[in-house]
Amino acid sequence: MSTRSLAALALALAVAGCAPGRPAVEGPKLGRAATPAEVAGWDISILPDGSGLPPGSGTSAAGAAVYAEKCQYCHGEKGAGQPNDRLVGGHGTLASRTPVRTVGSYWPYATTVFDYVRRAMPYTNPRTLTADEVYAVTAYLLHLNGIIGERDTMSAATLPKVKMPNRDNFILAYPAKLP
Amino acid sequence: MAADEVEIAGNGLLDRRIFLTRAALLGAGALVVTGARAADAADPPGTPPWMQGPGAALSGYGSPARYESSVTRTLIRSQAGTTGSGASRTPLEALDGMLTPSGLHFERHHSGVPEIDPAQHRLLIHGMVTRPLVFTMDALARYPMVSRIHFLECAGNSQLMYGPTPPNLTAGQTHGLVSCSEWTGVPLRILLEEAGVEPGAQWIIAEGTDAAAMSRSVPMAKALDDAFLALYQNGERLRPENGYPVRLFLPGWEGNMNVKWLRRIKATPMPAMTKDETSRYTDLQADGKALMFTYPMEVKSLITRPSHGMTLQGAGLYEVSGIAWSGNGAVARVEVSADGGRTWGEAALAAPVLPRALTRFRMAWRWNGAPAVLKSRATDDTGAAQPAREKLIAEHGSNVVFHYNGIQAWGVAASGEVKHVYA
Repeated sequence: MSTRSLAALALALAVAGCAPGRPAVEGPKLGRAATPAEVAGWDISILPDGSGLPPGSGTSAAGAAVYAEKCQYCHGEKGAGQPNDRLVGGHGTLASRTPVRTVGSYWPYATTVFDYVRRAMPYTNPRTLTADEVYAVTAYLLHLNGIIGERDTMSAATLPKVKMPNRDNFILAYPAKLP
Repeated sequence: MAADEVEIAGNGLLDRRIFLTRAALLGAGALVVTGARAADAADPPGTPPWMQGPGAALSGYGSPARYESSVTRTLIRSQAGTTGSGASRTPLEALDGMLTPSGLHFERHHSGVPEIDPAQHRLLIHGMVTRPLVFTMDALARYPMVSRIHFLECAGNSQLMYGPTPPNLTAGQTHGLVSCSEWTGVPLRILLEEAGVEPGAQWIIAEGTDAAAMSRSVPMAKALDDAFLALYQNGERLRPENGYPVRLFLPGWEGNMNVKWLRRIKATPMPAMTKDETSRYTDLQADGKALMFTYPMEVKSLITRPSHGMTLQGAGLYEVSGIAWSGNGAVARVEVSADGGRTWGEAALAAPVLPRALTRFRMAWRWNGAPAVLKSRATDDTGAAQPAREKLIAEHGSNVVFHYNGIQAWGVAASGEVKHVYA
């Protein structure tokens, strides 16, 4: 048994032995009710099934313009990288001695691209892109990686259906399976 | 070797009780990093200058001695085009005991350290809960708390060890993305029960209020087990670079999941597959497959003294000292070798030996002045043992980046110089 599978086993045992039996500790109950508007204002989580994706849409053509203006200075022309992470290419390199991990070659879920660009990019001005701009940049990166067509529109309906090329190469250490 | 010395492994490893019975001999082989101290006015019978008049005034918040100013975190690099995205490492070789001073705790940030006014900071718990709730920091501070001594280790710690040549770096520069503190805070279970977790909520998504809104998914089972929201570190409120005013703490699990500057917890039916649990912090194997959700940090140890960059001052008696830890439990045993792994002797563990905490180990060694290779290997109370570097790489490949826990070797030359070696 490998080191990792031992660790996974230990985790499974630890998790199996926890929650149900432990007595609840009484707290002072000082949380105040959050209003739906408060929750909506902060909730930027997107799940791989697409829940959380906002209204809006974008294409690769629109994304190219946004990318050139707001992303290229860190990620290079057409996602080639430099000075920061490369976003495009690297397909077929993961089992080599010099793997190139990009959005196209490595990332398992297309929804992650939207989630990350919207929450953290552009680095110096995060969360300033509109939903349409985020969909468009996402479409541009997926198109540059040969995953969607140039005219495909990305939206809450289409993005979760995009199957990333490396999706099936991830092995869960925990849990046994996901819903 | 003196007649009463008991060798317990090859090349001079001794039963550590020698230090209890013959402490006076220690001076004979003192480990000196800088040059030998010259005799001066402070030697007897002189009166040292600091004794000739009153010392400095009282102070509001103390600092290390100015002679210790070289003991700092090491910044290897910040990501291109940024100042606050990257890591700084704990100078492990300069410390002793099990605790890391808060100012030397390692850092790993994704978009700098936010300066947060605690009076304005809020924590939102929502998603699959019956009562979405907002907490102020004053409210959190009124909840019952727990205090736990735990290590925190970045999953990317020691990643240079996957490389083909031994890093020409100190123990801290190589392995210093691990630190250990006493953390005090509110069990997350209390807050989740107040909000009312709905059936089917198998995960939480934790999010920070840094510019990157750093986000990770955590199994609900862990959130309801030993997870807590840390407000204090080593007795004082968290340092800004460790998540002030509140961070998630998940004992034993990879550092990245212990979200700092916590502002939001959402209960969900599935993980969010955030950037930091898919494109990063997944372990690429040699065959191109990648392990994901490898949460606990595996059993590991290293000798911190002597270690790379130090020089032994001649043959004689030394104490070999280091740290061991496991994210899966307590350290059960640490063995030390002075002959490159041919023979091993069991080191003494310094109490307290706590689960998911750094554990200090010590071993007596009479160095005979010939070249030697020092190693340590830890075993935890699940029975898991630290693997040889070659075995780890044979099993997982060298593209993994994360979760390196191989055995560390330090080569001692006849000159006394200690260097990083693969052996």
